[in-house]
Amino acid sequence: MKVLVPIKRVVDYNVKVRVKADNSGVDLANVKMAMNPFCEIAVEEAVRLKEKGVVTEIIAVTVGSKAAQEQLRTAMALGADRSILVETDQEDVQPLAVAKVLKALVEKESPDLVILGKQAIDGDNSQTGQMLAALTGMPQGTFASEVVVADGKVNVTREVDGGLQTVALDLPAVVTTDLRLNEPRYASLPNIMKAKKKPLETVAPGDLGVDLASSTKTLKVEPPAERQAGIKVASVEELVDKLKNEAKVI
Amino acid sequence: MGILVYAEHDNAALNPATLNVVAAAKAIGGDITVLVAGEGCGAVAEAAAKVDGVSKVLCADNAAYGHQLAENIAELVAEVGKDYSHVLASATTTGKNFMPRVAALLDVEQVSDIIGVESADTFKRPIYAGNAIATVQNSDSIKVITVRGTAFDAVPAEGGSASVEACDVAKDLGKSSFVGEELAKSDRPDLAAADIVISGGRGMQNGDNFEILYKVADKLGAAVGASRAAVDAGFVPNDMQVGQTGKIVAPQLYIAVGISGAIQHLAGMKDSKVIVAINKDEEAPIFGVADYGLVADLFDAVPELEKQI
Ligand SMILES: Cc1cc2nc3c(=O)[nH]c(=O)nc-3n(C[C@H](O)[C@H](O)[C@H](O)COP(=O)(O)OP(=O)(O)OC[C@H]3O[C@@H](n4cnc5c(N)ncnc54)[C@H](O)[C@@H]3O)c2cc1C
Ligand SMILES: Nc1ncnc2c1ncn2[C@@H]1O[C@H](COP(=O)(O)O)[C@@H](O)[C@H]1O
Repeated sequence: MKVLVPIKRVVDYNVKVRVKADNSGVDLANVKMAMNPFCEIAVEEAVRLKEKGVVTEIIAVTVGSKAAQEQLRTAMALGADRSILVETDQEDVQPLAVAKVLKALVEKESPDLVILGKQAIDGDNSQTGQMLAALTGMPQGTFASEVVVADGKVNVTREVDGGLQTVALDLPAVVTTDLRLNEPRYASLPNIMKAKKKPLETVAPGDLGVDLASSTKTLKVEPPAERQAGIKVASVEELVDKLKNEAKVI
Repeated sequence: MGILVYAEHDNAALNPATLNVVAAAKAIGGDITVLVAGEGCGAVAEAAAKVDGVSKVLCADNAAYGHQLAENIAELVAEVGKDYSHVLASATTTGKNFMPRVAALLDVEQVSDIIGVESADTFKRPIYAGNAIATVQNSDSIKVITVRGTAFDAVPAEGGSASVEACDVAKDLGKSSFVGEELAKSDRPDLAAADIVISGGRGMQNGDNFEILYKVADKLGAAVGASRAAVDAGFVPNDMQVGQTGKIVAPQLYIAVGISGAIQHLAGMKDSKVIVAINKDEEAPIFGVADYGLVADLFDAVPELEKQI
């Protein structure tokens, strides 16, 4: 069976971003970029399914600038067989538009499973997988911490607020990954070299019949309210006293 | 037109998160209808009818909605939501699960996790783990929105007297089914609703050591949370994770024990009113947001704290 893995190039999770002085957005100049951590988990899950013999082909795809080729190469070094760059210079492509692009690719490639991250850590939207599932009429297993494919179905254990929930989905299905689904491997040097030769196809959104225009406009971006650093207390006694008599919270 | 609020519940009781969503709906302004979808959820509909500011409750009682399967709920909410200017749900795992599906079915974008209402079409929301706050304007005819509960003060659960109407829209996509669940059982307050939260991190060393936090929590009536490192290491279950990709909390008092203060953790707790940090490393970034920092070994400080409160 075939798996499609949509991945996103984002600011590395260790970077603390700064808002631009003109409040137009965050400053991404000279900032380290990486594959969204949840997408790494998605790639890893697909690779494990391939290693188990469940999956035969893994296709990584991204909607982004030419620079995102780097993340597609990483995905192929981790085990994706080929990849597709849907190239655009538009920043901030919204999840609905990404989902429409992915829908067009699903129609073309007919994957049995689409594995996405549960959220991209730049926009923190957590929408794309669910939207793709709706547009294609597929069932969805979001925030997955376990994925088991058997008998034409996929059982997904989901991390929900109260604990864990397991659902059974008909294939084809959409899965979005949570942090504990797996621990992604590192790409080995030989695999990084091999990935350079794997096919990377570039298409334009228009070729897929999708318009990336958005109905959501960012008017401004501001830094969050700064918290004043407080004081250090010398003992538990002083702490309890402050909480009781100064902050009055206990 | 008007605003449709999706009620969160377990078929027996209304989840208090819904009261924060109604507060956001009030800030937008307009008639508020609450949709209760579930199986045997009549009591929830009755409770929703009493919520302050609600003018109508729609109750869709159907086996297909019993486990809140996103496929079926989204079809229902999209069908009912067509007649409203705004559709709102809480940014809990339930709301996050089905709402983007609703938006896609309506062919509109979703505004996720709003923390402020500027006007009927303009909202504030955190991006980059809360390191930036974006003001966004959405021009879609129906605004599909999830609401961060901690950013809106809950409306009173009593005081309203809305009518309850049965909603007979029956939707079953038939492609998914509920297999089972393992829900955490605890007598302590819910993380999202507690006035005091005490959380442990990797510094706790193992799950058994969380016992010292539970003792403090029980004296204070607090909920217990954790960092991702503590959850990943298997000390405690996933539903205790606080942070960018876990739960967002904003209690009156947050006590971080053996937690370094990574940006992903701060994203989930830095709007707490008072923050206490107990950490043996005086350079730990958590002290940068703490009102009261105690540099100490937690295994000495926490039992001592328990004695003194
Ligand atoms: C995509 C992504 C999403 C993430 N989402 C989240 C999230 O939602 N929530 C979250 O919390 N993290 C999240 N993380 C992880 C985050 O980056 C940090 O790794 C994590 O928060 C660290 O947890 P910690 O502070 O418990 O552990 P550490 O950073 O290891 O800190 C342990 C602290 O304990 C102190 N300590 C040790 N022993 C003692 C002692 N005896 N007494 C006192 N102090 C002691 C140490 O000084 C240290 O400061 C995410 C990461 C990624 C990549
Ligand atoms: N531009 C993109 N290209 C490919 N996949 C994406 C893109 N944006 C989001 N995704 C996928 O959707 C997931 C959730 O993203 P979001 O809905 O933006 O939080 C990501 O982890 C990716 O798997």
